[in-house]
This record gives sequence, structure tokens and C-alpha cells, in this order.
Amino acid sequence: MVTNVMVVGVGGQGSLLASKLLGHVVMTKGYDVKVSEVHGMSQRGGSVVTYVRFGEKVYSPVIDKGEADYIISFETLEAARYLEFLKPGGRVIVNAQEIDPMPVITGAATYPEGLLDKMKETGAQVDAMDALDIACEAGSPKATNIVLMGRFSKYFDGITEEEWMKSLEACVPAKFLELNKKAFQLGRDN
Amino acid sequence: MSRKAGYAMKELMLGNKAFARGLYEAGVSVASSYPGTPSTEVTEEVAKFDEVYTEWAPNEKVAMEVAFGASLAGKRSFCGMKHVGMNVAADPLFTVAYTGVNAGMVICVADDAGMHSSQNEQDSRHYAVSAKIPMLEPSDSSEALNFAKQAYEISEKFDTPVIMKMCTRVAHSQSLVETSERVLPEVKTYEKDIAKYVMMPGNAIKRHPIVEKRMDDLRAFAETTDLNRIDEGSDNAMGFITSSTSYQYVKEVFGDKYPVLKLGLVHPIPANKIKAFSEKVDKLVVVEELDPVFEEQIKAMGIEVSGKDILPILGEFSQSLLTEKFGLEKKDTCSALEGLPIRPPVMCAGCPHRGMFYTLKKNKCTVLGDIGCYTLGAVAPLSTIEMTLCMGASVSSIHGFNKALGSESEGKTVAVIGDSTFMHSGMTGLANIAYNQSNSTVVILDNSITGMTGHQQNPTTGFNIKGDPAGKIDLEALCKAMGFNRVRVVDPYDLAEADKVVKEELAANEPSVIISRRPCALLKYVKHKPSLHVDRDNCKSCRACMQIGCPAISFKEGKAWVDNTLCVGCGVCQQLCHFDALLTPENEPKTVLLPPDKAVIL
Ligand SMILES: Cc1ncc(C[n+]2csc(CCOP(=O)(O)OP(=O)(O)O)c2C)c(N)n1
Repeated sequence: MVTNVMVVGVGGQGSLLASKLLGHVVMTKGYDVKVSEVHGMSQRGGSVVTYVRFGEKVYSPVIDKGEADYIISFETLEAARYLEFLKPGGRVIVNAQEIDPMPVITGAATYPEGLLDKMKETGAQVDAMDALDIACEAGSPKATNIVLMGRFSKYFDGITEEEWMKSLEACVPAKFLELNKKAFQLGRDN
Repeated sequence: MSRKAGYAMKELMLGNKAFARGLYEAGVSVASSYPGTPSTEVTEEVAKFDEVYTEWAPNEKVAMEVAFGASLAGKRSFCGMKHVGMNVAADPLFTVAYTGVNAGMVICVADDAGMHSSQNEQDSRHYAVSAKIPMLEPSDSSEALNFAKQAYEISEKFDTPVIMKMCTRVAHSQSLVETSERVLPEVKTYEKDIAKYVMMPGNAIKRHPIVEKRMDDLRAFAETTDLNRIDEGSDNAMGFITSSTSYQYVKEVFGDKYPVLKLGLVHPIPANKIKAFSEKVDKLVVVEELDPVFEEQIKAMGIEVSGKDILPILGEFSQSLLTEKFGLEKKDTCSALEGLPIRPPVMCAGCPHRGMFYTLKKNKCTVLGDIGCYTLGAVAPLSTIEMTLCMGASVSSIHGFNKALGSESEGKTVAVIGDSTFMHSGMTGLANIAYNQSNSTVVILDNSITGMTGHQQNPTTGFNIKGDPAGKIDLEALCKAMGFNRVRVVDPYDLAEADKVVKEELAANEPSVIISRRPCALLKYVKHKPSLHVDRDNCKSCRACMQIGCPAISFKEGKAWVDNTLCVGCGVCQQLCHFDALLTPENEPKTVLLPPDKAVIL
């Protein structure tokens, strides 16, 4: 059995660190794991997606439509964009922040309303939170990614809080460690 | 959740980093590359090992020749590039096949099926075939590490450069690897050998048969090497021949059901092994991304095989694509939400390119573009760039454009090119303008870094790949030395000045260069001003500030709104506002200050 987690957001929001953390923690648990990233053009404020897959044996590095057990989204519209990748009844952990894409900024499109409800109507389990506010409470808006990972961690009984913290230590530079630990904790407890 | 023993010893590593680790373990001494997604991190990672001299070369041809020189001198060497970089380096490539090597030489080429970050999706295997050079292709990080080491063995054993082909999904996926120690190869010395290394007709004609003989030897090697392996299956109704990431998709979809001949050495391919495999299975299918390179060779062997009759020639594969094409049952999905606005990449808030594009648009210029972050100048709302072909083409093409149209286009047309791209292949085009004299205006968008590929140093930045001070090419002096009398430097954050300079240079009756200089807003040393904010009483909702496509500015409740997590206070939008609605926090100076040694501010 392979567990599939997609981490999606807007280029520059820190999806690489989030997927690195998850990849690390499941590796320490002894799973085979693949993490697929995006570099280059798509990082320039565009829609970005990374895939984390773990289990006994993982072949494909990517997650396809209908395969994701979880989608962790740093932004509301991006969660909606990738919804089709979710297994029926899968879980979405979403930062309720809304960031206007360029077509909305130029007036060529409008930011869709009621996206969280529309997502729920498809049968997805939607767990929305103000991760940006919580990150600011932890000390920096940049820690939004780790707040969401904290929330996500609640869904895994097999990985203890201590194991997550150890992986944070391995993945985050020392000077940001306290901030990120706090952000993770707040996300987990919220 | 179960624990599988043994994995704890392993490390989760990016394909490109694993490749770099393999280079290190193989005892490589010299690495020279030009960045290009998805190849860049191989070189960035190998640069972290002090034992390996690593550099960014101005372009791929230079990089390959540097690597050749090091190999000739007797040290294992490496050069890396993306697929289109191989076009630039094709000249040395075809002849280095003739000279062969002294110490091992490995060339990384990274393909980008699906064009995540590229201007085309060419299949680099054609280069291996036509240049007659062996090519390896790993399918995950562990293979990237081990194949890199094997590549050097092959290079030295067969006296040939070896190409290692990566692709986006192998280069940019992390999977588990096991590392080992660096082992230095047997010492080689440089020895003068004119017949082998001077490729003039009389010598080259004697080398060609050696190349053909070497290919025969490699074909024999392909039959026995463990780079090619068969995963047995339980059902011989079908059998697959595949490589790279396509192998992973085949295994994902079919598991161990059908036998798979997985090729790690993708040129030359093992004819006997393929024939024997084909006889074992009822239906033989090649699963390969992009062109039918294996398929056509297998057909030429007289073996019946499927491939592109089932699978597309375009784009990337995936497990769902295989599921669909082989008529298997589709997975249920959550229903898609329709009509969502797209989120294309954009120029960052504070990007220095923005002010120059605004100015060119205002002056109704025809803009011939080039490749870099500034290619986003073609995207709405700026929609200014009208042509982008390949690196350097802006400067060469404007000359042709103006020669064709004369006064009809001169004075209205500009070429825009980034600092790294100018060093890569813009200089030769500029030499042509200086030599064959067209009244062309070239704008060098000098943001003091190679931005698009993630901040690599280049010959204009004054730093090397390790971030240490290095030689720094003076663009103004260079252009002047080429014969340009008119070389202007302007700060693109200063819209009035930029407008004045563009107007003057377009009006001038001779070729000119405008250097639009301001460091990339994402560079660590660049100090930002605090975010602007909107005075909602002053804002008349005229949207003048929205013409520049800044991701930090949007409309909220009928008025402009600045996202203070993005805004870096560059002040370009302020200069467009007629109503003083975009305000700098109290007591802040209006211009952005930079450390004096990092940038020239006029
Ligand atoms: C032949 C070739 N090599 C490499 C690349 C990858 N590439 C795309 S843009 C770019 C450099 C852009 O740097 P610069 O010209 O300084 O512009 P910036 O992105 O900083 O605005 C590179 C290396 C390419 N497209 N073609």
C-alpha cells in the first residue's frame, strides 16, 4: 500500500520544505519514499505542486488523478485546482488564505466564491484553517507551510510528535528551528 | 504501518544531487557547466565538494570544451546542460567522439518532456545515436548515483565520452540512495598524441573507423552489462522494453505481471537481448517518452513491436496515461471544480525587468525577446515581447529584422536580453550588429544574476559558483570595445529616466546598447524598503497601478490593495499613481538603497 500526499500552493510559499519534512519523517519510519518537486519556470508565483509517496515499494514519482489520500494546500484556489487528484472522500488540509492570480489582478477573471463549500460538496473532507495567522503568531508568515504540516501530522497515529520534531531538526536550518517548532506545534494543536 | 528493515541506512536524495554524489565518488576533478532546468543542481551539488573544481561556464559549448581539456590533461571531468544546451555544445560533441578521451569524461543532458521549463521538448537520445556516443539513462536517484560511476568506467574502458541522460522526473525527484566513499581513479598523465587529438582531415579520417569499431564493441558490451536487466513477469502475453521514468510507470501500472526489459544503456541497445526477449513474449511494446528511438531501431532489426501506435509522442507519461492507453479501468476521482482561473507564473514583486517592459510598451516598441525571467514580458498585462526563439536570438534577429525592414522598423524595434544570456550567446550577435551595421537598439536587462534557473553567478556578476569573488566582465567597456558609441546605463525603477533613455536611443541614427541595471529583487544582499500601503481616500480606482502586472497589487472592495507580504517597496507603481494613493511608510526615503559595491545606480 502506498500513501499519496500532494503539497500544492503558489510558487514561493515553501512547498519544497514541507514535502522535504514529510519525506524525511516517513523515511526514518522505514518506508520506501519518493518526493517529486518542481523547479524553474513554475516557481515564479505560478501554481506549484509537489508529490510525496511512501509505502513498501514506490515506483512512479508522481501522483495522478484520483490517487491522492491527502492534499495539503497553502492557498484556497490551489486546493480546488487539484481536487480531481484526490481519492473520493480523501482529505484536504487547506490554508484559508486567498491569493489573487494574475488573471484576477488584471480583471480578466474573478476569484471564485465559496470554494471551501464547493469542495465539501464533492465529498472531500475539508479541513480549513487560517495557517497564515497562526504562522504570524508563531513569529513569521513564512512558517505557514509548517503550520499546515503540524495540522497534517494529526492524521498519522504511526508517527509520534517527537519523530516529527526530530525530522524538523534535520530539515530546517538551526536559526529557524525554534520558530518552526512553534509553528508546527500550533498547527498540530489548533 | 510496517517497518522495512535496512532502509534506515539510506538517504533521501534528489536525482540531481545523487548524480553529483556519484561524480564525487567516481573521483571527478573538474566540472564545468551552464545552468538549465532540470540539469542545474547536478553542478550546484558537486560544487559543494572541495575536491572537485567546479565552475559555471558562459555557455554549454565552452563547458564541454573545458571538460574535454581536463580529460585530455588526465583528470576525470564532467559537464552538464539541459537538452537545448546540447544543441549549443553539439560542435565539440560530434568530434570528441572521434578524439576519444584520456581520463573519463561524462556529459549530463537533462530532457524536459512536458516542457515544464523549456522552449521545446527535443529527445536527446538522437544525439547519442548521431554522434555515436554511448548513453546511460537512470530511472531514480540510486541509479543516478551508481550509473555516474559506471559511466566513468565505460568512458575509460572504451576511450569515449559518455552521455548520461536525465529527465525532469528523475532529476527532480528524491528517492533513497546509499552513498559510499570517494575513490580516486588510476592516475593518468597527458601525453602528446597528434594523430589522436588533432582533428584535421588526414587524422580524422583515420579516427572514424575507430569510432565505428568502438560502437561494435559497445554493442557487444550492451548484451552483457548489468545496466540492462530483465524483470521477469508471471504472464508472457505482453512484454515491455523501457527505460528511465517510463520504467517506473510501467511497474506502477502492471507490477510484476509482465516481463520488462529495462534499458540503462540506452545507446547502443542490445540487439540479441531484445530479440530473445521478443521471442519470449506474445506482444512486444516499447514504452518511451518523446520520439520512437528504441522502437525504430527495433523495427529495423526486423522485430515486430508496438509503441507509438499506442502511446503519444507528445509530453510526459504517467501511470494514468498508461492505464488509459492500455484500456485498463480508470480510477475514481473527486469531481473537478470547473471554471477556475489559471495561475500562470509572473514576474516577482520588485522585479527590475518590470519597469523596462512598462517603458518599452509605453513607447510602442516591437520587442524581440530572449530566454530568462524576462520572457514573462510576453505575458498579460505587459504583453510586450513578440518573439522568443533560443538563447541569444534576440540580438541576432533584430539585425535581420532591421535589415529586412530598414527605416520601417529601425527606431521602433528593440532586442531585450538578460545578462547571463548575453554572455551565453548575445555577444556574437552584437558583434554582427557592430560589424554589419544595422541601426539596432539592444537592451541588456542586467539583474546581476542568472535568475530563471535559480540564481547562478555568471561572468558579469563578479562572483564564482562558490560565491567567492571572481573576474567581472564590464558590459559597458565590452560594448564600447565592439564599436558601439552609444552605451547607456539606466535604473529601470526610475521610469522617467528609462523613458528618456529609450526615446533617445531609438531616435539615434546608429546602433546602441541600453544596459537596464538593477539587481534581482530576490538576491539576498538587496535591501528592500517597507511595503507600500494604499490611501483609500486618495485612490480613485483608476487602475493605473495595475498596468504593470505586479502580483503584490490587486483590487479589494473597489480600491487598490497592496499585499504587504509580497511588496518590496520598489516604487514603480507609485510613479504611475496620479493621486498619491500609494504611500511609503512615514519617514522612509523614497529611493531604494543598495550596497555601493553591488550595483551602479545612476
Ligand atoms: C541553450 C540554453 N541553455 C540554458 C537554458 C536555460 N536557461 C533559460 S533562461 C537562462 C538564463 C537566464 O538568465 P538571464 O539572461 O540573466 O536572465 P534572468 O532570468 O536573470 O532575467 C537559462 C540558463 C536555455 N533555455 N537554453
